[in-house]
Amino acid sequence: MSARPENADGADAADDANNADHVRTAPAAGPMLAVRSVRKTFGGVQALADVSIEVPRGTVYGVIGPNGAGKTTLFNVITGFVAPDHGDCLLEGVRLTGEPVHRVVELGVARTFQNIRLFHQMSALENVMVGMHSRSRAGVVGAVFRTPGARAEEARIEGRAHALLEQVGVAAHADQPAGSLPYGLQRRLEIARALACAPRLLALDEPAAGMNAAETASLRELIVSIRNSGTTVLLIEHDVRLVMGLCDRIAVLDYGRLIAEGPPALVKCDPAVIEAYLGTPVAGSPAAGTAP
Amino acid sequence: MLKQAQRLIGQPGRNPLARSVLVVLGIAALLLAPFLVDALLGRAWVRVLDLVLLYTMLALGLNIVVGYAGLLDLGYVAFFAVGAYLYALCASPHFGLHLPFWLLLPAAALVAGLFGVLLGAPTLKLRGDYLAIVTLGFGEIIRIFLNNLNAPFNLTNGPQGITLIRPIEIAGVSMAKTQTIGPLSFPSLYNYYYLFLALTLLIILISARLQHSRVGRAWAAIREDELAAKASGVNTHNLKLLAFAMGASFGGIAGSLYASFQGFVSPESFGLTESIMILCMVVLGGMGHIRGVILGAAILVALPEALRYIGPLQRWLFGQIHVEPSDLRLLLFGLALVLVMRLRPAGLWPSPIRRRELGRPGAAEPPG
Repeated sequence: MSARPENADGADAADDANNADHVRTAPAAGPMLAVRSVRKTFGGVQALADVSIEVPRGTVYGVIGPNGAGKTTLFNVITGFVAPDHGDCLLEGVRLTGEPVHRVVELGVARTFQNIRLFHQMSALENVMVGMHSRSRAGVVGAVFRTPGARAEEARIEGRAHALLEQVGVAAHADQPAGSLPYGLQRRLEIARALACAPRLLALDEPAAGMNAAETASLRELIVSIRNSGTTVLLIEHDVRLVMGLCDRIAVLDYGRLIAEGPPALVKCDPAVIEAYLGTPVAGSPAAGTAP
Repeated sequence: MLKQAQRLIGQPGRNPLARSVLVVLGIAALLLAPFLVDALLGRAWVRVLDLVLLYTMLALGLNIVVGYAGLLDLGYVAFFAVGAYLYALCASPHFGLHLPFWLLLPAAALVAGLFGVLLGAPTLKLRGDYLAIVTLGFGEIIRIFLNNLNAPFNLTNGPQGITLIRPIEIAGVSMAKTQTIGPLSFPSLYNYYYLFLALTLLIILISARLQHSRVGRAWAAIREDELAAKASGVNTHNLKLLAFAMGASFGGIAGSLYASFQGFVSPESFGLTESIMILCMVVLGGMGHIRGVILGAAILVALPEALRYIGPLQRWLFGQIHVEPSDLRLLLFGLALVLVMRLRPAGLWPSPIRRRELGRPGAAEPPG
């Protein structure tokens, strides 16, 4: 936001205030996100069984677990893509559950997807501009008559989109179709589009999937900078090293149950977590031995 | 105004002087078109010119639904019918109503827009083929209603249609009569040409501005990936309804013009083939690209007229007619469709970004 020169337009300034990161102004009380005993079954499969977590504001919060543990389902429940059978999610005390997806975005939760979903034929810039939809208002009348208000808003959207592309490092490709960008940049572009929603909580679904070590390192820097700018980050990730180094707290899911929660150092040593990832020692094998 | 016209008509030339000259020439060509066409090709072709403009409006309306928002609509002609019948019922001896044009034109846009919402609301969750099937059904329902609403209360006069529709009259000037200004005389077909031209330019302007706006971007996002659009905060329900309503209202405007232009409407003008024809204009020309759609409309309206010359040509060459021109029309039409889909899948004149995408197959696939 700071990259954009200040505008003398009064109405514009009011819009900007609307868009500023809410965290900076809101009093720090209670968690950013509270998930309260969420349950979800698909047919006979229990994807989530009474999962409750609290994501403190201003943190990077990791959700890990073996494949099929229910991480993505939890994500979909939080972002409104899937309705839970029981339980609900609150963002700073405001109920998200039951709201349509676009309302959840408006309330302050933006997400990315495990398999990148960009608007391939639109330019990188346009992708980010779409992300600002919920933070702008111009309708048909404004568009057709090019009212001063609509024009100012359009300029604001474009300026902010450029700033976001700059932030994630895709500025050089602003006019290219999103589908033609290299994979790593597509991931970053998707994050920029999510940031354009001015979220209080940014939910990233396996952002490092398919990235090489260098790309992962720079992604990590980006996530840290996003957190430092005041946006709480919720992160699903398979790359354990990234999660352990980056997250302030971690929740571990296995078969839809929450089996551990806490700071990375503690979670790493939790016997339930080790068991979920490595399995139970077989009786009689050397590993099961009689070690004290 | 000139700048606007430059953007719409002129090719993006580097030299501003050359561009201005081009724009002035373009405007002159549009203004003189009926005179030139009449002198070179005959009066029948002025009528074709009028129809090209009419179908351009229709195709641009459908382009909003299909090209911008990516919603396949096979019943678009229903909105054309709604506009036409609204005008016909309110400006003919059928009910003895003679409401003025300036009232009926916005009313047609509004009522057709409402029908657009009516079609859109139940189909919000449908996509692709399923949406196409429902819209196809909707188009047929409207036509069948028009065909049968002559009893118990005679609303539409059934298959006979409505006749003696009043021609458009603006400020006391009737479009149906030859008007004389100084040495120039403007027959009915000319008058309609200028009216249609003005409204077509208006619709082009609205289309262009919508496309490059917050609303147009949201439509494009829905077309590309509806789920991602939702996740980006786009209220997909409302925007899809808006696309249906906007597209339908253009159809309604074209319909009301058509009713007064023909002086007669009947249900059989609004069949499925008409819907397909309008869709073909959009697809052949270049979905989502205004210039392409105009080209598509011009070609598909003018082609059958041009083929009429095939008959006399055969007689002159072979002494008799071997192939009926009307059969040839469908044959060539099918051939053209196959060729375009095979050779130019994005249309004859696609928008630059689509051409770029389709020109590099596999570009959209991320490696690894």
